[in-house]
Amino acid sequence: MKQVAILQFPGTNCDLDTQYAFEKLGCKTTIVWHKEKELPQNTELVVIAGGFSYGDYLRSGAIAGFSPIMDSVIEYANRGGKVLGICNGFQILTEVGLLPGALKRNINLHFISKFQTLKVVNNTNEFLQKCNKEEILNIPIAHADGNYYIDENGYKELEKNEQILVRYCDNRGKRAIVNGSVTSIAGICNKNKNVFGLMPHPERALEVVLGSTDGVKMLEGLIA
Amino acid sequence: MKAIVNIFLKEGVLDPQGKAIHHALNAMNFEGVDDVRMGKQIVLKLSSTDKKEALKEVEKMAEDILANTVIEDYTIELF
Repeated sequence: MKQVAILQFPGTNCDLDTQYAFEKLGCKTTIVWHKEKELPQNTELVVIAGGFSYGDYLRSGAIAGFSPIMDSVIEYANRGGKVLGICNGFQILTEVGLLPGALKRNINLHFISKFQTLKVVNNTNEFLQKCNKEEILNIPIAHADGNYYIDENGYKELEKNEQILVRYCDNRGKRAIVNGSVTSIAGICNKNKNVFGLMPHPERALEVVLGSTDGVKMLEGLIA
Repeated sequence: MKAIVNIFLKEGVLDPQGKAIHHALNAMNFEGVDDVRMGKQIVLKLSSTDKKEALKEVEKMAEDILANTVIEDYTIELF
């Protein structure tokens, strides 16, 4: 049984959904309060859940990045441990430098909350290993700061190393401008392919009755 | 001593809020505005009396947390 640690900051609000999701997929989960200094022993995956840590003050994810638990998360990631950041978790991972680039205010300045189609760009990583390349997934998004920015050199690196995970697209797979992200990027991983971040919420797409089960094959990749 | 840190998105990084303000100004018939950038200002009250020392310290604060230097530039005023 995989051991999953789910971080909780003041303002995190997807911790319980994330816990439900990984337990449904057969994992043992522990919610870890941000003031803890160590991750639970035998942690096999760290998930930074979505929400509004510290009310998004200063910048989304900026203050959470300096919480006590983050030192051990950074060390864990640098040792090769798997880390997934969803939404606010993605913002936190860019703020601490575990993922390149930054997330700016959406181009239309709106908080966008809806189901969104995504296209799998690369599946040469553990996270998307169960998805097909170019497969279209239907996953909810809910964010105000999801406008991914990276400079030109950084972007070339992402492309070259197959670090782009998913892009926003329309029903036919054509790139869609949703929040102004560089080339419609919705999620990326680091060069070593052990740290993953995305704005969409796969943990909210596990039940037919809730509109989509496409989140299952995403999350399953990380616990295979 | 007081320090004022001004933080703006870098030149070349699209500023959606500045753009919205620009549109609003145009819609209100304020003419002659070529560009609008929106930033934030953080005011720090410092116990230090050494200006050089204070500048060094505030620069570190700006680099470490106040600004995200991937997308933002900052200026520091001390007085």
